[in-house]
Amino acid sequence: MELKQINDLREIQFKIEELTHAYVQCIDDNRLEEWPEFFTGDCLYQIISRENHERDFPASIIYCDSKGMLKDRVTAHRQANIFEAHVYRHIVSSIRIAGYENDTYTVHSNYAVFQTRVNGYSEVYNVGQYIDKIIFIEDEPKFKEKKVVYDTLVIPTLLVTPI
Amino acid sequence: MSTMKNAEVLTWPEKGESRIPYQVYMDPDIYEGEMKNIFRGSTWNYLGLEVEIPNPGDYKTTYIGDTPVVVTRDAKGEIRSFVNRCAHRGATVCMDPCGNTKTFTCVYHAWVYDAQGDLKGVPFKKGVNGQGGMPEGFDQSKLSLQKIKVETYSGIIFGSFDHGMEPLQEYLGEKMCGYLNRIFNKPVKVLGYQRQLMNNNWKLYFENVKDSYHASLLHLFFSTFGVNRLSQKGGIDLDETGRHHVSYTYGSLNEDLEAYKESDLRSYSSKYTLEDPSLLVGRNEFPDGITLAIQSLFPGMVVQQIHNALAVRHLVPKGVDSCELIWTYLGFEEDDEEITKIRLKQSNLVGPAGFVSLEDGGIGELVQKGIVGAPQVESFVEMGGTGVESQSFRVTETSIRGFWKEYRQLMGY
Repeated sequence: MELKQINDLREIQFKIEELTHAYVQCIDDNRLEEWPEFFTGDCLYQIISRENHERDFPASIIYCDSKGMLKDRVTAHRQANIFEAHVYRHIVSSIRIAGYENDTYTVHSNYAVFQTRVNGYSEVYNVGQYIDKIIFIEDEPKFKEKKVVYDTLVIPTLLVTPI
Repeated sequence: MSTMKNAEVLTWPEKGESRIPYQVYMDPDIYEGEMKNIFRGSTWNYLGLEVEIPNPGDYKTTYIGDTPVVVTRDAKGEIRSFVNRCAHRGATVCMDPCGNTKTFTCVYHAWVYDAQGDLKGVPFKKGVNGQGGMPEGFDQSKLSLQKIKVETYSGIIFGSFDHGMEPLQEYLGEKMCGYLNRIFNKPVKVLGYQRQLMNNNWKLYFENVKDSYHASLLHLFFSTFGVNRLSQKGGIDLDETGRHHVSYTYGSLNEDLEAYKESDLRSYSSKYTLEDPSLLVGRNEFPDGITLAIQSLFPGMVVQQIHNALAVRHLVPKGVDSCELIWTYLGFEEDDEEITKIRLKQSNLVGPAGFVSLEDGGIGELVQKGIVGAPQVESFVEMGGTGVESQSFRVTETSIRGFWKEYRQLMGY
């Protein structure tokens, strides 16, 4: 591989890693209004259990097939839904480009979300894998698809804040 | 546990079902009594769906109350169920949540059972080189797994520890069977599972399911986004005993979307609008015009139709202040791609992250936290009167009182 190609690839890797880190920090910082902007307009955002994913069951706890639906999630979170206050802390690792086809990068990474509720206790709330389809629009990476496949089959209490 | 002993544990308030002493949500002795007298007593409990174990040898594990059980389809195609507990030393004989097998072998000492739960093999039964082995008169046939009585209705599998239990159809009653038939009138298929853990007593969740009073007060999604519900006609239907219930609402399908598009209607009723109202698109698949039906079957099963989002919820007690809810999402065998997509999108409304249901996961925890140290204090449940009867309105707590009526009978309070 030529040096230029390697440098190009490194830049893409860097941008993809940066996107992933910026994404989780946006949620952890409670800047949910900015969260839909990480996605393309006709995106798919899905939170699905590993059990359903592996058994080819489609049922998901969140299934949004447009950026508009993501915005509605945020409005509902802020204005409609009632739940105990909590914060998230995401830890992301093993970000890896697993494939490239039709200008779309398939990227896998592991995540763990710690949740802290008003009582001050932190718990391992949800762990799993991101399976992302990322495209570049004007040199900026966006999620065309973000599939959150969670190992933690039993959701503690409820899920209202995106992962 | 005798009635006499129960009376020592708890004296029910004089006002009957409209008062519930908080002790019932926090007393470990009462919890143990419930497992024995309700779940392992004379009730029919949800075990699963026939479609989950279609072939001989198929099995799934589940719970009756907090007791682990296995549901199987034996070589002849009969559905069987037994407690998941080896007759030897008590280990579970089945570790996987589902699969297909001819036999169940306890991993501890390799005792082997068939799909009916009968003991088929004991290693070193006659010892080794004439030493050890089971004593004279060892009767393998007396050491089968504890069997559960099984009956099915409309493809739904129920189990009971009470082998003298009244027939399932009588237990459900004609009315409740009718509501089950609305949904299970043609072959269903499983679209997936969701699991949710709640840090509250199981009864707080089950009461919440029966509580039609809270719906528009706790769940604000529809009102926040000004989704007009033109027809709010509905009511509460109880079976003869009052232990089961259905809360139903009529509405022409897609009225939400159509009303939504008429922005005039929306503008004065809410500040917020849905960016993508495709979530509200539905298909009319129930000729009776009911678009929302929540059915609870005593002691721990819920059948849900919210527009086209269909699910069975199975409530599993996990100790006095913890319970798990297992959702089985359903579609029909004949579903085309479009209706499957509709169900998937509408499932945003329900489940642990559902726009109109996520609050239900947290509300029981608030009660469990609030009642600490107050076992002698009682709740006040008089909305819609103090009786137990079907009502043609939903601002009522009649079905909660129906639950407690049956509860008191089984518990001897």
